[in-house]
Formats: sequence, structure tokens, C-alpha cells
Amino acid sequence: MKIPFLQNGPQKPAKMISASILRSTFDRRSVVIGAVQGGIGVLLALRLGYLSVAENEKYRLESESNRVNLTLIPPRRGWILDRNGAPLASNRADFRVDLIPERLVNAEATIDKLGELLSLEPARIADIKDKVSTARGFQPVEVASGLRYEQFAALSVRLPDLPGVVPQRGFSRFYPTASSVGHLIGYVGPASSEEYEKDPNPLLITPGYKIGKDGLEKQFEKELRGIPGARRVEVTAGGRIVRDLETREDVQGQPVKLTIDGPLQDYAARRIGLESGSVVVMDCRTGDLLCMASMPSFDPNSFSDGIGGVEYAMLRDDERVPLRNKVLKGLYPPGSTVKPMVSMALMQAGIDPDETVNCGGGLRVGNRVFGCWNRRGHGATNMAKAIYQSCDVYFYAMAQRIGMQPIADMARRCGMGQEFPLPVVSQFFGTVPDPAWKMKKWGREWQTFDTVNATIGQGYMLANPIQLAVMASRLAMGKHVMPRLTLDTQPKGFDEIDFPLEQVQYVRKAMSDVVNGPGTAGRARLPIPDVLIAGKTGTAQVVSLSISNGKSGPWKYRDHGLFIFFAPYDNPRYAGAVVIEHGGGSGAAYPIARDVMTFLFDPAKGLEALAALEAGWGGTAQQRLERRYAAYAAERGATVSRPPRRDEEIFDRVEAEARRAATQSDAIAGEVIAPRPEANPSGTPPGAPAAPATAPTAPPSPAPSAPAVENPQ
Amino acid sequence: MNTLAARGIVPEPIARQPWEMLIPLVLLTCFGGLVLYSAGGGAWQPFALSHFIRFGVFAIMTAVIASLPRDAVRLLTYPAYTAVLLLLLAVEVVGQVGGGSQRWLEFGPIRIQPSELMKPAVVLAMARFYETLPSGMIGSWRSVLPSGMLIVLPIGLVLLQPDLGTSIAIAFGGVVVMFLAGLPLWWFLTAGGLGVAAIPFIYFFALHDYQRARVTTFLDPESDPLGAGYHIAQSKIAIGSGGIFGKGFNNGTQSHLNYLPEPHTDFVFATMAEEWGLMGGLFVLAMYALILKWGWKVASESRDRFCALLAAGATATIFFYIAINLLMVMGMAPAKGIPLPWMSHGGSSMMTNMICIGLLMMVNRWNREAPRRGLSL
Repeated sequence: MKIPFLQNGPQKPAKMISASILRSTFDRRSVVIGAVQGGIGVLLALRLGYLSVAENEKYRLESESNRVNLTLIPPRRGWILDRNGAPLASNRADFRVDLIPERLVNAEATIDKLGELLSLEPARIADIKDKVSTARGFQPVEVASGLRYEQFAALSVRLPDLPGVVPQRGFSRFYPTASSVGHLIGYVGPASSEEYEKDPNPLLITPGYKIGKDGLEKQFEKELRGIPGARRVEVTAGGRIVRDLETREDVQGQPVKLTIDGPLQDYAARRIGLESGSVVVMDCRTGDLLCMASMPSFDPNSFSDGIGGVEYAMLRDDERVPLRNKVLKGLYPPGSTVKPMVSMALMQAGIDPDETVNCGGGLRVGNRVFGCWNRRGHGATNMAKAIYQSCDVYFYAMAQRIGMQPIADMARRCGMGQEFPLPVVSQFFGTVPDPAWKMKKWGREWQTFDTVNATIGQGYMLANPIQLAVMASRLAMGKHVMPRLTLDTQPKGFDEIDFPLEQVQYVRKAMSDVVNGPGTAGRARLPIPDVLIAGKTGTAQVVSLSISNGKSGPWKYRDHGLFIFFAPYDNPRYAGAVVIEHGGGSGAAYPIARDVMTFLFDPAKGLEALAALEAGWGGTAQQRLERRYAAYAAERGATVSRPPRRDEEIFDRVEAEARRAATQSDAIAGEVIAPRPEANPSGTPPGAPAAPATAPTAPPSPAPSAPAVENPQ
Repeated sequence: MNTLAARGIVPEPIARQPWEMLIPLVLLTCFGGLVLYSAGGGAWQPFALSHFIRFGVFAIMTAVIASLPRDAVRLLTYPAYTAVLLLLLAVEVVGQVGGGSQRWLEFGPIRIQPSELMKPAVVLAMARFYETLPSGMIGSWRSVLPSGMLIVLPIGLVLLQPDLGTSIAIAFGGVVVMFLAGLPLWWFLTAGGLGVAAIPFIYFFALHDYQRARVTTFLDPESDPLGAGYHIAQSKIAIGSGGIFGKGFNNGTQSHLNYLPEPHTDFVFATMAEEWGLMGGLFVLAMYALILKWGWKVASESRDRFCALLAAGATATIFFYIAINLLMVMGMAPAKGIPLPWMSHGGSSMMTNMICIGLLMMVNRWNREAPRRGLSL
């Protein structure tokens, strides 16, 4: 009896369904099901064969790459050594922690947990969060280095709950003299994603691996880098290391040996004190750069994981631009320090040094009167007196006689406007103006007053401290001394005689009289018997007299103080230059030169003088920097804006600002310069107390305070 | 076997056992034990030993089932089905009371998963139903509605747990029995067509998120290599890296270094294939083929409808476990928690499969005692 399940279903011929029909249906259908099952079995066997035979190679590789973990061991960086083999940059074994952003499960919580475990400051935690959120996933972000073993151990046991956290033993860069070498050596940091894209070397994204970011660290990256080691380990899926398979040790990078004298560099940097400036000292018999100090500076040790937000804000807001290397990127009107050089030009042009010019306190050029710094006038002035008394009128008059071109040529010969073959990331090389240059740059004819301004190192003339130091060396030696920074380069230029000996001796004597005779820098005398220092003061005006008198008022309008020097004067060994930005006059510069040279000849005496000064300043430069950072972080820590993502942006900004700062004096290039009173002609006897009369006392702010000028009158 | 028995070398009670199935079964279980020994890190504990103990215990249960008399089974089928259904209901009630879903009931130290028991129970009940259904009613609504209820009730309860895999397994056993019972073919084709048409709706409205993730991952394993796709990817790596002869006993890195998830349960086949290679895999497939072939033989030798349907349903249930598990570990089906019979570590699946084997042996004994007689019944 068929009762259709659906009335409109397919019609089948009416058929009696019996047990035997059902039995045969069962048999038929069971064969079908059996066949389907057999088919699936065959399918499974084929699939199995395909996976294990045809794709065996592929899966064996994947299984190996699962099992074996290759860890690169970052190579120890080569040391940077001073001329005596003492490290300016070395490595310290330490415990460190990094984060791999792409492996983090809950970034916020993990970082907070780390901050708690390692007791990090809130500003530091904010920096890390910021970096993790902007870093590309594969870029390791440093959390902390230099951890104590207990902290490291406490963290290591919690690793299973903290995916993406990589603690390890490693080496971190260490700069023993910290901020003293900041600008010279630069610093290291993790590679940026741009650098990794340029050079997709897995080493660059190995946690704990740093590359040079600035200064010599960047310049000598290739030598310093070394060869990474590697460690192959068998790991579980959870990342636990089962056993070591093999380990290849790293090869440390090559050391770089500098001509720098480490203690001198540190001394000079500290001696700059609260001022903003630079000290360059050269060995004028070899051209070795012994010291390239630039202050204020930064602590490269604290930059090793990039520049933190608070740090950056503090350094950026500082008017004294601690991020600018003033030795290479500070350009200043050289002021009267060019006068010995101009004298050489005059002698070369045939002017008799004994010929006198009567200085009555000023000279009419065209329809304008150019004053001498000494309004009362110097009277009859020959070349030597013009140098040691820094008489402007003498040079106004003589320069007009020979014209600008010989002076410009001499300036270049002495190193001004030149770029030296030094292993530095970049150097500014200033301006030596001449008629052709002015026409090209400004589209205007050269005027006599341009010559007049140029002869006293004003107007368009700009030089950096290293050029001034080279100029001092070349004047002292009469030879074309070339500076060098590494011990493996050959001294150069000593076979090239620039000036005849009698001219050299004449200038040496005149420059000695600046200090030791009736000159403008009596207080620069060395407190050391038998060693007489020769020098030349310079005070460079930066803004129009209508804005500032150069001595007081806003810091940034004050005059630059300059001093070039060499010693001993009759048989020069060392030469150098000191430039104090907005120091108010040369009186800010030459006491520093005096103490630095004292340190070179008698370290104990030099340190004694420094100790007295630092007691007044509130500690060494490094101590002051740290205190200032702490104060700044406490006050503004929570509100700082984030630093630029890439260090390169910071450099670009610093460089742009440096270029802008260098054009500051362009505005007054066409004006009549009223030369500033040049220091103290009377001088004081050698061995006089070294401490300056006044010193700024409020380190954190460059707000107007008494300039550290000795006695400008 | 019979020849051996005939020669009197082997005693008749032993010789009459279905060795063509028992030998592959024991070999398979021992091989499974070896794999579990390796998955346990080269130790009897925690997997291998309990695997053998369970097999021993369930073997006794199987022997008991195999010796049940025909009339008792016929009598007890519906009560047994009802009892399991009540257990399933109890799971729901306990789950509701205890807060949160669960799949098992605890009686002292024994933990029973009634949904597992339901698989053979459904097959039994269906076989019994079609045995009693007059042949003339096949094709009528009466042939499908009651049996449909027999399937839908437990599936509904299991789905509430929620356990999609087991629901499908129960449905599979039941549908195979219906199919073999001679219901019109076009019913199945229509239902199949409707099922295919319903897939999108099921996918978007009926599945849980984690189930949907499994399906997505199956369709595109690379979409989430460290998430849901990780299991299948690692399983394929384990199988593929084994090659023809494998990495050797206890040398599987995927399982020993924890890359392979669940190396002792769902992915036991991958653990095996990594260490024993294609050869081990083919051996396992061959053993299953022998067992299933014997199952079909029992079904076809059955002398009545109940026996035939019961044997076929039990065989299909075993097959379902094997096929879904193997398809899954080789990346041809979505990952789901279905273990591999006699190899995976786990009591519930062992119990279900041993019950099925027991039912098959029981039918086999009935067949032997009263062979099929031509056109009778």
C-alpha cells in the first residue's frame, strides 16, 4: 500500500514493496556506500602520498624552520680610542630588554607590566609606548639596558606571560666622558625602518643591535660594525630553548684611533662651563686635532635607544642648541682674530711692517666714518702694535691700499672658507667674501666698506672654530698644516711653506705681545714659567648697534667672543681656537684658552683652576646636565610633545637652524661696524687668579644674566 | 580460520572469532599506543598506558555486548535509546543548573558523555524501527516521520550543548540506516539539494563564531596562519615532513616541540605520520579498510533486516569518525574535535567505537549461529 509522502512527488509505477525487494535495495545501496567509503579511503591515501612525497621537501623545510631558531649575536662594536689608547667609546656588558612590537599581544598592558617590574619612570614608559605605536612591527624597541641581575632574573621568569619581550645579555655602548664627547663621537641607536629597507640585513632588526647615528660613530660605521655571531637553537612552539645546536662567536669591530687627547677633550668641554661655545686644539707639528669640544652638549649614553621625548624637548627648547656641533657647524664672524692673517697678506703684498698709520680713533671711508675700538686712538701704529693692540684703523687703511683680493686669497690659504678632509659627517665651511663672491651671491658691486669690514673679520666673513684653529697653526708654523683626526692618516702640508720665516717670527712676536706684552689679553698669560702663549682676541658683533650694545640684554644679541692662540710662542707646539657664542666679547674666550693650555702643559694646575670654577657652577657639565634633565622631567615631563620619529629629522632641523644662525650677521654686513672695546690692554701678571669675575648662576635657563666676561674694559 | 579449526589445531571457540577484524584492530590499537608513547615524550605516561588499559576494559565490554542474545537486544533497544535520551536531557539540566554548557555527566570517577552513547543507540533504534515497519509502508510518511523523530530529538539536545560534530555523526549514522532501509532515493537527493541550498543560511545564522572561523580557515588556511589555521598548517607540516619512511620513532619534532596541537587526540594521525611516514599512514588506512570491510561483510551476511541495518549503521558510524578525522588532519575538512578510532587518546570515542565493534561481533555471532536462509523473512 503506497501512501505517497508528497502528492506532487515524482510518479513511480505502482509496485508492491516486499521484503526481498528491500533486501536487494539494501544490498545495492550498501555496495554504493561501500564504494563511496572506499573512494574516500583512496582519496585519503592519495592525499597522504601527495603530502609526504610530492610536498615532502616543502614541509620538511617548514618543519626545520619551526624547530630551529637562528639568533644573530650582535657583534661587539669596535672601540673609539684617543691618541693614547684610552677609550672614548667602549662597550659594557649588561642585561637589556627589548620589545618586538609585532609579537606583542597586549602592548599597553605588557609595557605597564615591564614598567612596574623594572621600575621605569612614567616619561620613559610614555616614550616606549609612543615608539611601539609608531615602530614597524619588526623593529625592536629598547625598553631598558644596564639592568641589574635581579631585575633581569625577575623578568625572565615572567616571560611566558609576556610575549614579544626579549631580555638578553649583551653589550651596550659606553662613553666614559659622556657629554664631553657627545658632538665629536655622536651616538648609536637602533636602525630606523628606512635604514632597514635600504639594507635589509636581519642584523639591523636584531634586538640590541645599534648602528652609529651621528658623529664618528656614524662616519666609521663600517669599521666599527664587526661581524655578527650566530646561535642556532632548537625551540619549542612556546619559544623555550631545548638545546643549542651550534654557536658562532661574533667578531668585534675594528677600533678607530683618534688623534684626540681624551683628558684634554674632557677638560676643555668642562671648562667651557655655563657658556655655549667650542674649543679646538691642534698639535701644530702634526696637524693632530687634540680636542674638539663643543658645549653644551648631550649625553650620548642616554641616547643609545634614541632620543626620548623629555630629553628632546629639553634640548630643543634650549637657546644654546645643545644638539649642534659648534666645532663643525658653528659659523661666526671671526672678528679681530683675522688680523694676524691680514697682516700676513699685507706683508706678502709688500707692505713694510714698520710703516706706521696714525690712528686717531676712526677713519673716514667714503662718506662714513669707521671707528677704532679705541675711541681715543692708538696714535702712530705699526703692524705689530696693530696686532697686539688690535688697532682697527691700521687695518682699515692698509687693507684699502692692497684691496680685498689678496686678503681673501690669504684667508683661504690660512684655512678659512675651506672644507678639510676630515672623517666627519658634515662640516660647514663659512664664507670668505671677495668681489666675485658678492656679485654672485648678492648681485652687488664690492664696496670699499666691504673691504674695511672684512679686514676686521666682520661683514660677510664667517668661519668655524676648526678653521680658526687651523689658521692659528698655519700662522704659527708658516706651513700649510692640515688637520687630521685619525692616527692612521698621514700628517700633511708640512712640506708646503706658506710664509717666510721672518714674517712668521714677526707675527709670532706680535701675537705673543697680545698676551705677554702690552696687548689686549693680558689675563691669558699661562701660569707656567717659560711657556709663553701667543694669541689674538676677537669680538664679533652679531646685531646692529641699534638693537644691542653687545654686552648686556638678551643673550642671543650679545657679541661672540673669540680667541686664537698657539704656544710656546717661539717654538709652537700647540695651536687652537676658542669661540664663545654670545659671550659678550673676547674676554669670555681667552681665559678658557689659558686654562686649556695650562692643562696641556701642567694638568694638575689646570684641574685646580677648573675645580674652583666648577664649585661655583654647581658641578661638572655632566652633573649639571643630569640635574637639569631631572628638573625638566619633573616639571614638564608629562606634557612634552613627542620627538620626531626619525633621528634624521632632528639632524635636519638642527642643521637648518645652524645655517639660519650663521646668517644672523648678514643683516649688518653692510653697516658700519663699531668695533667693541678689546679686552684689557693693561693685563695682569702671570699667575693671577684664574677665576672669572662673574659667572652666570642659573644653569637651567639661558635667561639674561651677567655674561661671563672677565674685565672687558 | 575455519580450515584451521577443521584440522583441530586451534580450539573451535577461538577459531570462530572474527580474526580478520580482530587482528587489524589489535594491531591498530598497539600502533596507536606506540604513537601515544611518543606523543607522551617517550613515556608510557600519561597517554600510552591508559590507552591500553581502556582498550582492555572496553574489550571486555565488547565481549559482553557480543554475547547478548538476540531477543534481549530486540527487547532492550527502545528502553536503551530512551535511557540515553534521558541522559542527554540530564546533561542539559545539569548544565543549566551548574551554569554554562557541558557535555558530560559525572558518576563518581566515571565521566560519561551521553552524546557518544547516542551514536550506537540511534543506529540500534533505527534498525529496530525499520525491522518492525511493514515493507509496504516504505516510501510512506510513516516510514520517515517516527524514525526522523528518533534522529532529531537527540540531535537537538546535542546541538544545545553545543556540539556540531557529534550531531552530524549521529545524523550520519541515522541517515545511512534510512538510506539502506530502502527509502526512496529522490528523498535523499531532494534533502541533499535543500541542504546545499541552506549552507549559506546555516553559515551566517546558525553557526557560532568559532565554528565559522573553522570553516573560513578551512577554505583559506593562509588567512590566519597563527590563529585557527595554525592547527591544520602544523598538521600538514607534520605529515608532509615525515616523507616516505618518517623521521623515526620518538623523533617527531612537530609533536615533541609542541608545534602540533593536540598531538595525542585529534592530531594523532599527524604525530604518527611524522614519525612513520607514508608507510605508517598506509598501514593505518589498510587496517581501517580491513575492519570496515569486515563490517560490511557482517552486514551483508545478516539474515534479517535488523541485523543488516544494525551492522551497516555501526560500520558507518566507525567510518564517519575515521573519514572526518583523516580529512581534517590532511587539510581537507574544517578542524573539529573528532578523534581517530583506536589511536587517539580518549575514553569516549574508544567506548563508542568499541560498542560498535561489539554490536558487529554480536550480529556476526547471530549470523554464524543462524546463517542467512535464502529468501526467508
